[in-house]
Amino acid sequence: MDLQTLTYIIVGATFLLYIGIAVWARAGSTHEFYVAGGGVSPLANGMATAADWMSAASFISMAGLISFMGYDGSVYLMGWTGGYVLLALCLAPYLRKFGKFTVPDFIGDRYYSQTARTVAVVCAILVSFVYVAGQMRGVGVVFSRFLEVDIETGVVVGMAVVFFYAVLGGMKGITYTQVAQYCVLIFAYLVPAIFISLMITGNPIPQFGFGSTIEGTDTYLLDKLDGLSTELGFALYTDGTKSMMDVFAITAALMVGTAGLPHVIVRFFTVPRVKDARISAGWALIFIMILYTTAPSIGAFARYNMINTLNGPDHQGTLVSEAPQWVKNWEKTGLIKHEDKNGDGRMFYSGDARNEMTIDRDIMVLANPEIAQLPNWVIALVAAGAIAAALSTAAGLLLVISTSISHDLLKRNLMPNISDKMELRYARGAAAVAIMVAGYLGINPPGFVAEVVAFAFGLAAASFFPAIILGIFYKKMNKEGAVAGMLAGMVFTIGYIVYFKGIFITPMAANVPANWFLGISPEGIGTVGMLVNFIVAFAVSKVTKEVPAEVQDIVESIRFPKGAGAASTH
Amino acid sequence: MAFQSSEQASAYWRENVSLMLKLLAIWFAVSFGAGILFVDVLNAVQFFGFKLGFWFAQQGSIYVFVLLIFVYVVKMNQLDQKYNVHEE
Repeated sequence: MDLQTLTYIIVGATFLLYIGIAVWARAGSTHEFYVAGGGVSPLANGMATAADWMSAASFISMAGLISFMGYDGSVYLMGWTGGYVLLALCLAPYLRKFGKFTVPDFIGDRYYSQTARTVAVVCAILVSFVYVAGQMRGVGVVFSRFLEVDIETGVVVGMAVVFFYAVLGGMKGITYTQVAQYCVLIFAYLVPAIFISLMITGNPIPQFGFGSTIEGTDTYLLDKLDGLSTELGFALYTDGTKSMMDVFAITAALMVGTAGLPHVIVRFFTVPRVKDARISAGWALIFIMILYTTAPSIGAFARYNMINTLNGPDHQGTLVSEAPQWVKNWEKTGLIKHEDKNGDGRMFYSGDARNEMTIDRDIMVLANPEIAQLPNWVIALVAAGAIAAALSTAAGLLLVISTSISHDLLKRNLMPNISDKMELRYARGAAAVAIMVAGYLGINPPGFVAEVVAFAFGLAAASFFPAIILGIFYKKMNKEGAVAGMLAGMVFTIGYIVYFKGIFITPMAANVPANWFLGISPEGIGTVGMLVNFIVAFAVSKVTKEVPAEVQDIVESIRFPKGAGAASTH
Repeated sequence: MAFQSSEQASAYWRENVSLMLKLLAIWFAVSFGAGILFVDVLNAVQFFGFKLGFWFAQQGSIYVFVLLIFVYVVKMNQLDQKYNVHEE
């Protein structure tokens, strides 16, 4: 059977599965729509959180980035997992005990202020839209390569599926669909990794193959890669080029940003007890770990394979006429380009003047099974896995957007008297509109989608994280301090990113290390934004009115588990 | 108030925060410490086919993160029992 038919069958079967689950798990109340009725088991919640968390970026882009960045790619590995420790230890249990639906709920009630609530709503919506546009784009890319339809059609099909289960099922539908999507995506990620690990090192476990010798030689894979890198004029694979300061700042910004992302935090409101909130962060990280420890192995295998196939076994370059099929396939999409600079009719890939190849980092995971000449069903599976990763994250984000509008903005702010039924109707309407906007952004991506990902994490790190931490651990933090801190952190972070990246305006300075503050790139500036938030919040709270006694009592009461009821509106 | 006295409440909170800080110290040590600040020193050590610092940055830190969360869960459940603030 040819690849395209197989891909249609496998992707189609997964879509039927998701829709079947959606019909089974319809939401009947806002309680079910927002937090799945609060009755999800910690194991299922952990799995759903993992699928929610691992986006098109984790599935498609990350191993490719690591493959090209080597050691520098560690910022994503540590950054996007370490945040779960912060979540489990410092946030999730307390927010669960607090027992509301959303992050703006917590900020608004803890800081007894509609201003604080509004700032939080704006942040939540901004962060989520930035993120979701990238997911829809990911679906489009996969469709266009494997099903050979245009990106537009791909995005529309993806929108239709998400529309169906997000609008119908709310958090309940999304949670159970995400459990299925996790299974699809992790299977799709591991199968090619195991095959390739076996082929290169003879060890079936990619995490071990990563540290093994290349089959038939005494050379360790990583030593071989370091050797190839030196020979071809790249930085050492195990060393990288970023400064230590920058690696530190980016890792911290991603960790803290993870712990402050509203679509991740809201997952911990869906479990019945505080105890379950703690352990579901643990389950989530186990499920995430499986992919995140495999990714760097894939990165190293892919780099080795790619250099070998492009430059040939004798490292003189491969004749264009003898180019492997995967190079031809991906050249059609424009994601691989070859320019025969020295006119010898051969392709050559290196990090210096001899280089003739332009290779898009995003294709490594998708092309990997083709590079390793794996059977067609594995390639089709990878396509289904990439779509599962993109859809599960998109659905979680759309829910945050619709909840922010129907619950935080309408119910808690503009029209407090609406009935539960009306609110549910507004939530569904908002989800539908959000999907349209996301789809539009996926088809017409603003030129800066890649840049704004850093934005989303930086913003979450500089706004939500300090406000929530202080809200739990520092009883004396008042509304004036929290609002001033969030605004200062946000303005600083947005300002710094815009200054170098020039979103909406032309950049005001070249985005190079020499110009950066303390050598910290815009990707890592959220760490400094967070510190600015903490400092401003402390300073302002010292000179303004004290926190009312009843709010201090609330803080006391979230610090121990006993008496945690279901998440509720009042 | 679920606690018998406010002394009990602050004792529970003190133990909770001290456990959290200890675990966060390990969290910091394996990622920012071994994986970033001291990566060059540790890279002098060979660990199977890895340089040790590189292994911490791309593998080891993640395994330790998972362990930390499970240790926290077990210890906190014990603490909740001890102060009788656990859930039904």
